[in-house]
Amino acid sequence: MSDQPRPEPDRRPEDDVHPGDDAPDLDAPDLDADPDAPEQDAPASAADAGDRPVPPPEPPAEPAQQRPGRPRRRRDPLAAALIGVLTLLLGFAFAVQVRTTGTGEDYSTLREEDLVRILDDLDAREDRLREQIADQRTALRELTNDDSQSAAALQEAQERAEALGILNGTVAAQGPGLVMTIRDPEGRVRVADLLDAVQELRGAGAETMQIGGVRVGVSTAVTGEPGALRIDGVEVDSPYEIRVIGSAQDLQTAMNIPGGVVDRVGRQGGSVDIEQSETVVVDALRQLDRPQYARPDTDDGG
Amino acid sequence: MIPILGLAVGIVLGLVFDPTVPLWLQPYLPIAVVAALDAVFGGFRARLDGIFDAKVFVISFVSNVVVAALVVFLGDQLGVGAQLSTAVVVVLGIRIFGNAAAIRRHVFRA
Repeated sequence: MSDQPRPEPDRRPEDDVHPGDDAPDLDAPDLDADPDAPEQDAPASAADAGDRPVPPPEPPAEPAQQRPGRPRRRRDPLAAALIGVLTLLLGFAFAVQVRTTGTGEDYSTLREEDLVRILDDLDAREDRLREQIADQRTALRELTNDDSQSAAALQEAQERAEALGILNGTVAAQGPGLVMTIRDPEGRVRVADLLDAVQELRGAGAETMQIGGVRVGVSTAVTGEPGALRIDGVEVDSPYEIRVIGSAQDLQTAMNIPGGVVDRVGRQGGSVDIEQSETVVVDALRQLDRPQYARPDTDDGG
Repeated sequence: MIPILGLAVGIVLGLVFDPTVPLWLQPYLPIAVVAALDAVFGGFRARLDGIFDAKVFVISFVSNVVVAALVVFLGDQLGVGAQLSTAVVVVLGIRIFGNAAAIRRHVFRA
């Protein structure tokens, strides 16, 4: 630096136009400063304000400072040291800044408002994601619940179907109960006697029963003449075997009460054998009666 | 020679030590670097013009940095820091371009 300031005679001053002219305070000093001498005034001022022809006279202050400065400057170790320190600082800061920018800490150089905006964005995104998580969790829970609920509902429906099937005779059943045999050698047991037997058995808690090979259901009818009885239109012959599932003790008691089934059959000349059993199989089946007119009343909720 | 040496040594030191920029300095360091670059370009141009003065260079260097940082600082206080730093960078960039153009004319005569 110490040997550099050398006026170039072929320099074209008009080339030195630069936008910095608008702000002479900042950059003009570099150019205005004309340490080399007053004889450099003309090119210097031209450089200073290239587009306007400036007369040689400079502002008085600068030449006054710089004229004595010229000889000093060349050997001024302080200036050289300052320049060295400044440029060293610049290089240092430059490298540090490049490093900082290059390390991916993109946010470190952002301003507060930008950071706030970014933070808001992130917060909003986080909220959205959290909502999504909550939604998904709810959906998952509902699906799981649905699963277990439908399994439970299916089980209940199955149990219900089985119970109903036993009651209306579409499913074979077994359980404790009794086997009752009505012998009618004289053929005098009437429809009413058999019907009474069925009613008494039901009254005593019979859950399901069959007479001969016919399952007794809700619509079972006993018809015919004594000696030629029909259950649901199917002829049954004496002896009539009635298999009943229910509390064997209760059923037997009901049959044996005075004036009950056993009594009346005996008066008709027949006899009744009752045999309790732990396992009575009622395996005659009925066709499911599909109601032709009746419909479920869903309004009532049943 | 000294400035080039200083720059080189400074860059090497910065790369070697790799210090963490303090938080309060982070908004101003890039602006200060750009301002100092502008001063360096101006000084280089002045040298090519044959009008270089160490004292003016030092003062313009320091004042450039200080003024640029001050402008950004004021902008931060006023809530327009981002815009003002953009403005400073634009202005300094234009000046650097102008100086670079002048240097180019000196070097390449074109």
